[in-house]
Amino acid sequence: MALFQNLSDKINHAFSKLTNRGALTELEIKQAMREVRVALLEADVNYTVAKDFIAKVTEKALGEQILKSLTPGQQVIKVVNEQLCELMGSTQSKLAVASKLPTVIMMCGLQGAGKTTMCGKLALHLKKQGKKVLLVADDIYRPAAINQLEIVAGKSGAGFFQMGQINPTKIAVSGVEFARKNGYDTVIIDTAGRLHINEELMAELENIKKAVEVTETLLVVDAMTGQDAVNVAKSFDEALDITGVIITKLDGDTRGGATLSVKAVTGKPIKFCGVGEKMEDLEPFHPDRMASRILGMGDVLTLIEKAQSAIDEEEAKKMAKKLKEASFDLNDFLEQYDKVAQMGNINDLVSMIPGANKLKLGSATIDESQIKRNKCIIQSMTAEERSNPKVLNYSRRKRIAAGSGTTVQDVNKLIKQYEQTKDMMKRFGKSKRLPF
Amino acid sequence: MGFFKKIIEGLRKTKQAIGFKLNELFKRGIFDDEFYEELEFILLGADVGSETTENIIEELRERMRRDNVSDTAKAREYLKQILLDILGEEQFEAECPAVVMVSGVNGVGKTTTIGKLANIFVKQKKSVLIAAADTFRAAAGEQLEVWAKRANVRIIKHEEGSDPAAVVFDAVSSAKSRGTDIVLVDTAGRLHNKKNLMEELKKINRVIDREFPEAQRYNLIVLDATTGQNAVSQVDIFNEAIDIDGIVLTKLDGTAKGGVVLTIKDTMDIPVYFVGVGEGIDDLLPFDANSYVEGIL
Ligand SMILES: Nc1nc2c(ncn2[C@@H]2O[C@H](COP(=O)(O)OP(=O)(O)OP(=O)(O)O)[C@@H](O)[C@H]2O)c(=O)[nH]1
Ligand SMILES: [Mg+2]
Repeated sequence: MALFQNLSDKINHAFSKLTNRGALTELEIKQAMREVRVALLEADVNYTVAKDFIAKVTEKALGEQILKSLTPGQQVIKVVNEQLCELMGSTQSKLAVASKLPTVIMMCGLQGAGKTTMCGKLALHLKKQGKKVLLVADDIYRPAAINQLEIVAGKSGAGFFQMGQINPTKIAVSGVEFARKNGYDTVIIDTAGRLHINEELMAELENIKKAVEVTETLLVVDAMTGQDAVNVAKSFDEALDITGVIITKLDGDTRGGATLSVKAVTGKPIKFCGVGEKMEDLEPFHPDRMASRILGMGDVLTLIEKAQSAIDEEEAKKMAKKLKEASFDLNDFLEQYDKVAQMGNINDLVSMIPGANKLKLGSATIDESQIKRNKCIIQSMTAEERSNPKVLNYSRRKRIAAGSGTTVQDVNKLIKQYEQTKDMMKRFGKSKRLPF
Repeated sequence: MGFFKKIIEGLRKTKQAIGFKLNELFKRGIFDDEFYEELEFILLGADVGSETTENIIEELRERMRRDNVSDTAKAREYLKQILLDILGEEQFEAECPAVVMVSGVNGVGKTTTIGKLANIFVKQKKSVLIAAADTFRAAAGEQLEVWAKRANVRIIKHEEGSDPAAVVFDAVSSAKSRGTDIVLVDTAGRLHNKKNLMEELKKINRVIDREFPEAQRYNLIVLDATTGQNAVSQVDIFNEAIDIDGIVLTKLDGTAKGGVVLTIKDTMDIPVYFVGVGEGIDDLLPFDANSYVEGIL
């Protein structure tokens, strides 16, 4: 069951024998933190960053009262998640605008991080906000980098400026000058990828910053980066005092722990994420989503919270009892549908289930109209049929289909679903918790 | 020259940055918790990954217990040996005619590696043809053309947006009629979780197999040393699609060490053949496990 091989399961498993209700104890937290540590390391969070984070969370969690609705495991996850979200910062997908136009955005980062493509994405994004954007080709080293930016400019509807392979500072100065004269309000400078330890090339960026008034210095970081992310981010920030970070290639299956590392060592906001090769594939940064991605557990916490608010504990107990007595009938099934409806958009919920990210699910998302149809079907049944679905023979099914404006196949499908749910709940019933 | 010096140079800087003290650690003379914790720090910091790190340390304890080692200076040799045992000694040797296809995720250094490989083979007096099968990324063909010129080899290139399989078909036909020794195929960067792009890669692979059955086939995946644990997933899925023979580990001239290749070799038995240590045409070297391990420790 790969779907449940995530951090929250592991922690819940570690806690399965504990029924402690008061406050979280040191031992409990220590056990859980062992799992959290491994999860962070597997996600490529830097070793030192992970260590600091765990120390902080442990302190925070110690003595924390366990909410009535949560298990100790869930409580720990809640604290971990909250702290992680806090560390990630807020959604700050705004780019500063210079008081004296044009606004100048300088992109920087290691080789192959995705700067050139990101220039186009930002240009398109800004263009949609009514800006007139000029892309300046300042990568004079990589073969065909200038051609690449020119094509990207064309695709994103931005202006393009190049001077061939001459001194990059000169190009930047002339580019900004060109923008001013030609009515561009925003300039994006694409610089060559470089290693953070290459002093000569780092000095080159510093020189550009001295020569033109840069409004935003954005560090572009590949989401797949490992432990070295801290060294890279620290060096670039120290040399250039970056104003923000962009994470690229998040459409891959990486857990993206580098995001946390970069944020931890620079403290600078993460502004955008790249999620594909097309110019439109740009998203604002969502700290909560990133946090659960790093922990490898989907948006479990929101799910826990939503489930808890929709179904109080008393009701959950009642349901569990019914399952034990095997009296879970179509009335209960209908009630479940209502609860689910209360919890909000079904597809949002599905995306919160660990491991069930939209990419992997593909077309397997849930059709809300189908839920409405199923409710209609159940409502067309007699009280007897609802409490004892076994009596549903063909002629009854035909009648129900006619009454609910559906087909017999629809009715069959619903009954099958009911059987499966009953089965599934029976399996989870042992834990007296909902099957999340 | 080369590999050793460049790596040591890069690592020296990292070592300073993280207050590196492995040598002192081994000199300290006691195997306490702190010793193993520091060791863990070094391995994890090199992107070796938590599971492999744990296994390595377990193995070290085991071997030292077995041989009754109490001298910490000796422990370093033991550790080195464990890493060498994992990495093995495999060299890349192309039997001609050969088709070497280079693939990997976006931006890892595929195109640059093709240019460097061409240069290596030219120096071995082989005739080389480059196939520009990245028809997707903006200006990918132009970029490769520059490299072909630098290495002084022929290139087959179609228009941007055309079918990459057709490029490969043309290249193979040309190589067959001219008796070319080695065809190097550059492919577009693709994330391994994109099904349609992986299918496209499989198709290119099939075309080579079908059109040039007499050629030796080598599929290399390029990994960026800066990449963390996701590299495991990359190699796993590319390997499933097209059977990967070996790895080119690029950007080792930075401070990252690409220790994830230990996990990959250990679990999938896919060796590292080459390492990239810079952006120049000569900055591709055969992988030398000894220097690499020296670099990590
Ligand atoms: N420092 C360093 N840079 C490298 C190395 N290999 C490649 N690069 C740089 O990494 C960047 C990306 O290299 P490419 O060869 O274009 O990568 P690619 O995999 O072909 O990229 P896509 O085709 O866009 O997926 C370029 O700026 C290269 O100069 C290396 O060993 N060391
Ligand atoms: Mg390329």
